[in-house]
Formats: sequence, structure tokens, C-alpha cells
Amino acid sequence: MMDRRHFLQAMAATSLPVLSSQLFAAQSPAQPRFLFVFLRGGYDAASLLVPMSSSFYAEVRPNIGLNRIGSDANSVIGLNSDWGLHPALRDNIYPLYSKGQAIFIPFSGTDDLSRSHFETQDSIELGQPLQGHRDLSSGFLNRLATVLNKDSNNFPAMSFTDQLPLIMQGSMQIANTGVKNVGKSAIDARQSQLIVNMYQGQPLSKQVDEGFTTRDQVNVQMNAMQTEDKYKEMTDANRNAISTKGFGVEARRIGKLMQQQYAIGFVDVGGWDTHVNQGNANGNLANRFKELGDGIAAFSDEMGPAWNNTVVVVVSEFGRTFRENGNRGTDHGHGTVYWVLGGAVRGGKVVGEQVAVEQRTLLQNRDFPVLNEYRSTLGGLFTRMYGLSPSQLDYVFAGVKGRDLGLV
Amino acid sequence: MQLFQLSKQRLIIAGLGCGLLLCIVSCSSAPANTSTVKAASVGTNLGSVMPELLVERLSWGINTGSAMQVHQLGTVRYLQQQLQLAPMTNVPDMPQAVKDQIAAMTITQKSMVDIAAELEQMRQASDANGSTEEARKNYQQELNRLDREAQSRAILRALYSPQQLQEQLCWFWFNHFNVFQGKANIRAMLGDYEENAIRPHVLGHFRDLLIATSHHPAMLRYLDNEQNALNHPNENYAREIMELHSMGVDGGYTQRDVQELARILTGVGFNFKRESPPRLGRLQDQYVRNGAFEFNPRRHDYGDKQFLGHTIKGHGLGELDEAIDLLSKNPATAHFISKKLALFFVGDAPTPALVDRLAATFLATDGDIKAVLNTMFSSPEFVNSLGHQFKDPQHYVYSALRLAYDDKPILNTAPVINWLSRLGQPRYGKLTPDGYPLTSTAWDSPGQMTTRFDIAKAIGNGSAGLFRTDSGMDYPGFPKLSNVLYFTYLQSILSQNTLKSLDQANSPQEWNTLLLASPEMMVR
Repeated sequence: MMDRRHFLQAMAATSLPVLSSQLFAAQSPAQPRFLFVFLRGGYDAASLLVPMSSSFYAEVRPNIGLNRIGSDANSVIGLNSDWGLHPALRDNIYPLYSKGQAIFIPFSGTDDLSRSHFETQDSIELGQPLQGHRDLSSGFLNRLATVLNKDSNNFPAMSFTDQLPLIMQGSMQIANTGVKNVGKSAIDARQSQLIVNMYQGQPLSKQVDEGFTTRDQVNVQMNAMQTEDKYKEMTDANRNAISTKGFGVEARRIGKLMQQQYAIGFVDVGGWDTHVNQGNANGNLANRFKELGDGIAAFSDEMGPAWNNTVVVVVSEFGRTFRENGNRGTDHGHGTVYWVLGGAVRGGKVVGEQVAVEQRTLLQNRDFPVLNEYRSTLGGLFTRMYGLSPSQLDYVFAGVKGRDLGLV
Repeated sequence: MQLFQLSKQRLIIAGLGCGLLLCIVSCSSAPANTSTVKAASVGTNLGSVMPELLVERLSWGINTGSAMQVHQLGTVRYLQQQLQLAPMTNVPDMPQAVKDQIAAMTITQKSMVDIAAELEQMRQASDANGSTEEARKNYQQELNRLDREAQSRAILRALYSPQQLQEQLCWFWFNHFNVFQGKANIRAMLGDYEENAIRPHVLGHFRDLLIATSHHPAMLRYLDNEQNALNHPNENYAREIMELHSMGVDGGYTQRDVQELARILTGVGFNFKRESPPRLGRLQDQYVRNGAFEFNPRRHDYGDKQFLGHTIKGHGLGELDEAIDLLSKNPATAHFISKKLALFFVGDAPTPALVDRLAATFLATDGDIKAVLNTMFSSPEFVNSLGHQFKDPQHYVYSALRLAYDDKPILNTAPVINWLSRLGQPRYGKLTPDGYPLTSTAWDSPGQMTTRFDIAKAIGNGSAGLFRTDSGMDYPGFPKLSNVLYFTYLQSILSQNTLKSLDQANSPQEWNTLLLASPEMMVR
């Protein structure tokens, strides 16, 4: 077995001018796909996955707590004797859960206890040990893409964001393209070439080449999608279609691009920092859940047969205080709930280390503890999905032994 | 393509003549100088610096006017004027047409309190039973209009103000004390926040910025402190003051410090109603009202606090002054602020030695921003970095427009607002309180570059509608970038590859586009 140092040397030797979009041929449905969804702002996980039997819950959430006993549209959907799902996810995520295509992992997160959005997001995206030297320009999805593309070049990666996030930065040049709004580029092919020539030998040449290549690929798919949408509108007139707006539109476009071209994707969704008036079955947070859930459902729909080999992981930097604050909101906390979805998932369950939710089990008498450290959870997942060797996994998450939670 | 070439000497003579003509007006004189810096000590290391490169860094981008200024004044005098240590003489003021645009704005003509009162009426109409969809729409449209006024004003100043360093610092400090346009009715407060909480202090003492932002409704609403009250704590603002505004996340404070600062901040809020103070009995003389700012002693936690190793006796709003004193004198704050200033003005990864020197100045001068900047501008690190810093979207767009149009006033800022948004850095559009990142890796991704090229073409073609008036009249026409400044300065810094592509341009518009898309236009 190759040790970590040799492996890194081998990687470094091959990692020079690789462009993610050039690797690549159209993807077959059998190719594994992975989409990482980052909820920035620290969503209130105790509203997503509600502890069903905790009397403490009702006690400390008098205004924002959800109804756990009813069966109406505003009540929690029971998943098992311990946990219930937020009702905003009834029509989008719960059907996936019922089909065995969704898993929730409570008490997830990182050991970073700063409770700072920015520090915690960065440390998750870096995916490196909290102690000791950290390479601040190397995100773990970049390292995953580097490992997977070393020989096969079959796993093109794309960040569906306007800027390239830390998680996708690193030795491999990964492209980004925001898909909230898509428009035609003003620069024609001849002008593109003249611009590429200007950047030859310049520090930005990789970004410029990659940018033009990506632009052309995305244009092809978005044009195709427009044609299909017109066709769909004529044929099924919104039958069973979840109405999508905001993230829904974005997620559908990501679905199209990943179904056709990209094996590893990243997108982030903001607006989860609910310090004030977060609502309960309805309100701010419920609206965010609905939009997110609808988006994921639209994504799965757009993936078609490729959904069967797709895994979507939804994370956030931390959970929030278990008690509501003075403003019917919640403050920065610690443990959160990760979601794992996809046709490839062995789902319909809530997994990982768990404890009863009571005052005495809270971290520092305020937050969910972290019992399922994210690097070992994701390490276990990647090992199963891609058959990573221990040395490959060590390149992605140094010092981590993946924990197999039976996700796929 | 063939372009008319002038000798460098003739151009400088032409430039001087033109300069004298323009420079009859003397601009706003420097404000009362409370700084510890003496003008004579400024710019000690600038002797060998290419003057244009200094302008590129201290301004939003070089244009014909600023290039002439620096040649007339010399780099030291130019720097003194930009640091407001010397009066701005022999420099043209903002064009009258730009001043007129700003003077006509609601945010110029009305106070925030008046604006808020009118909006409150609109909001009540829109919330009333049986209110029409139209009332709700009117309310939202007015908020959006005020937001766009503030954006337009900031853009016009960035493009045309002779106090370019001040304009950059307005952006820097707003970004440091970020508030977001999308939350509640903050759009109605942005103009005032920038004008009165940020702008007067950008070259003053850091403590004044902490005080001014902590007393402004925009900040108190954005970070929820208006909700923070005795027995209803909300620690959002307290945490961000320590983490983002002063000491930095590694500054050595604890969760306990955050909670204690939150207690200190209880009752600190605002009130837009024009009513007499509430009856507070024995707490009456504790009540503070200043404009929209309100300290309500009923909502304040009067217990003693343990903050950063000090006991702060519970005695009302004065506790906040004490806390801000401790924060602004803290070495962690000096370091954190110095590092951010260095990231902004020197570029990625400033050396620890430079940051240490800046922090030492910060501590020795009680946080005098002018003094810290002077230490930085006098450093070899600064001089060596000139011409090598990657522009963020704000710098890219403004520098392209300044180069293209010099002092010719644009009549419509909507395309500029749109470009900044497409590039991911709209003014007032950062949702989270950390503000936009200052490092180049945040802005040099593939998607960013292709969008920049689109914008280069929009500016180079002159077809974007920058000269479309409210009445719908448009005066299109492409800028002439192959001008004096190009032949006296820009051409000399372009690479052979760039020159080769420029030679293959099919039209002046395409030549403009390529120049604005060139690698040399991405750095300053």
C-alpha cells in the first residue's frame, strides 16, 4: 500500500495543468454523481428533525416549537419513535424518505467550537485537522476530485456558484458557473481566442481557458433545456410538477448539467441565520425548508435515470441553540443534522450516534453535541461510493478513518 | 490597426496646459486635522515609485485627470492630499453634473428620520386591512429606490471624487462594518449609515467607527440588537463586534465575553417615532435619545459585567463606551484591523512584520487610521507591491469606467449596479456581516473572468446605456481608450501578447474591449 507521503508526491507530479472541464466526456447514467449542498448561516436543525419524545423540547421552545401530536398539515411528520420531520418537507423530501432515498444524521458537525459562521464554514470546507498546520488553499472537494481523476479523468467537477468557494479551491483548477441567472455571453469565438492569447503565460491563464470552456458547455445544456421546457409545458401542463422558484430553478439547472456532464458538484444556499422570528410550521424558516426541499426534488427529477447513482449531501456549519432566544429565534449552536439523499442511498432511516435530547445531554447546556464528526462520516461515504483506498482517503481527509454508517 | 502616436514629451506639455485650465477650482479643504501624523513625514519611501502606479493603488483607478495631478504635484504631495494632510489645491472638483445628480437625491435632501417617518406611513397603509396590492408595492418600490440612490451616490463618488483614497476607505470601512440591503427596511437607512456613521470617520480614529456604527439603526437592526433586552438576550451583535469588527476570531476572547458584551448592549436600540420619552420613573435620567438612536434603561441589564478581564459596573449606556474603550485599545484589535488594511492596500498575505509595524502604530496613536496608513504607504512592502494586486470586482468596474470616461459624467448608474451584481460584489449586497473577502482567490475564478470580459465588451462598445437619461434619451457612443493616457503610460506596461491581440482588433470598439479585458487591467 502506498503511504500518504508517496501518494501525495505521486499526486503532485500529475496535478499540473489539469483542467476539470477538459477531462471529460458526456456522462453515462451509471457514473456516480455527488452534489454537496452547503446551507450557509447555520440552519436550525432542531426544527428540521424534531425530537418526538423530549418534553424538554416543548418546554424551551414555547413559540417556535412544532406540534408533534397532530396529523394535520402543520404537524411534524413522524419518521420513527424518536424523530419527526418538519411539515414543509412533506411533499418534496418525505416522499424520497418513504422510498428509501433519504437519510438524516443528527448530532453531526465539526469539533470547531468557535460558533463563528465564517471560521466554521472555512474549517468544514478545508476538511483538515483543526490542530497543526493547515493548507488554507486546499478544500476537500478539490482533493476528492484530484484523487478520483488521477487515472481515469472521469469525474469532472463544477462549482455552481458565482465565485469559487474554498471547498473547491486547490491544486486542480475547478471551474465555477453560477446558474441562478444564465445569459448568453457577449464575447464571440474570435474575441475569446484573442483574449486567451493575451493571457498566455500569465498567472490567470488557467482560469481564463477554463472559463471559456465552461461557458460553452453550459450554453449548450441551457439551450437544450429551454427547448425541453417548452416541450414539457405543452405536454404535461404542470401535472405533478412541483412549482419551483429561487433555489428550485437553480437546482433544476444543476440537475441538467450534472446529468449530462459533471460528476461532482457544489452549491450553497444562504439565509438560515434565524436569530429573530424564525416561525414554526409556517414562517421564515419553513419557507426556506420548502424552497430547499422543492429544489432537491426538482434536481432529482432532472437527473432522470442518473439519480439512481447520485448522492446529495446537505450540511450546514452548525446547529443552533436548543432553547429559543428572547426574540423567537435561535442563536449560534453546535451539533446539526446532515442529510444524505439519492437513488443510490440505502435510506428511510435516521442513523449515527445519538443520545436522548434532554437538558443534561446538551453541550454547555445550550447546544446539540457533535457525536458524528463530519470528516469520518463523509470519509466513510466516499470510501463506499468510490472504493477509495486508505491512502486515497487520507489524501482527502488526512488522519481520518472513514466510518461506515451504511449510507450507500 | 494604426493608431495616432504622439511623442511623450508633447503629451506632457499638452497635459500640463489642460491641467492648468481645469485646476482653477480648489476642492474641499482638508477637515480639522486631529491626526498625530505630520504632513512632512509622509511618503518617505516613494522616491523611486512610478507615479501612475501610486495613483492606481490609492484611487479606484487611474484616469487622465489623476495622471496629470500626480505629475504636477509629485507623489509626496499627491499622497498628502489623499491623506487629507494638505489642502486639495490645483485639483478639479467633481463635475457639476455629478454634484447635481447627488444633490437631487432624496437621501441628500431629507434626513433619515424624515424618510423613515414617511415610509412608516406607507407601511401602515400597506399593512392595513383591505390594503391594496398596490400599497404594498409602493412601499417596497420606495425602499428599492432609496437603496439605488445610495448605490448611485457611492458609484458616482468612486468615479469622480478627487478624494479617491477617502472613497476607497468608505468602501473598505462599510465592508468592515457591513450591513445588508435585503434585511427588513435597512434600504431606507443605508444612505445615512454610509454618510454619517462611516464617511466622517474613514481617516479618523478607529474607536469613532465602533461608536458610530454601534449607535446607528442600520447596524442595530441588521445584527438584531434592537431585540436584545434584559431577560431576552440576543448575542448576535455582541459576537460580531468581537469577531468581525474588532478583535478577530482568534483574538483571545471567550463565549463568556460574548455573553457579557451582549448584556452590556441590552437596551441599545432606536426609535423612529417622534414621541416624547417614555415615563421611566427613577430611571428617567438614564434614558438617551439622539436622533433615531435610543437607549432604553427599562430594557437594560443593570448587573455588573465581567468583560475581557475587567469589571464593568452596571450603570447604563456608559458601559458601552467602556467596552468599546477596551476593545479599541486591545492589541488583538490593533492586529486584526492592521491586517485587514494591509490586505486591502498591499495585497494577499501581507508579511507579519508589516502587520506588526502597523499594529504598533495603531496602538501608539490610539487607533489613528491616518497614522496607520502612513506607516503602510511608507513601507517597502507597499512600494514593492505596486502593480501586482489583483482587482476585486468593485476595483475592476470602476477602474475600467474611470479609464474610459475620465471626468465625463455618466447619466445612468443602472448598468454599473448590474455589472457589480453579476460579478458578485454589489454595493450593500453582502448578506453576511463578514463583508466581502479581501483576497484575490475569492475573485479570480473562471466564471468571474468570463463575466469580466462580457463587461469589458459592454464598456468598450459604449452600448450599455450609461448615458441614457431618465426621460429615455440615450447618447450612445464608445469611449476613446487609445488616448493620451494610453500612449504616455498604459502602452508601456502591456505585454507583447497583449499588444499582439490589440493589433488584431477589427474596430476601435473591439480594441477597447480587448484592452479592458487584458491581464494588465486586472491588476493595480
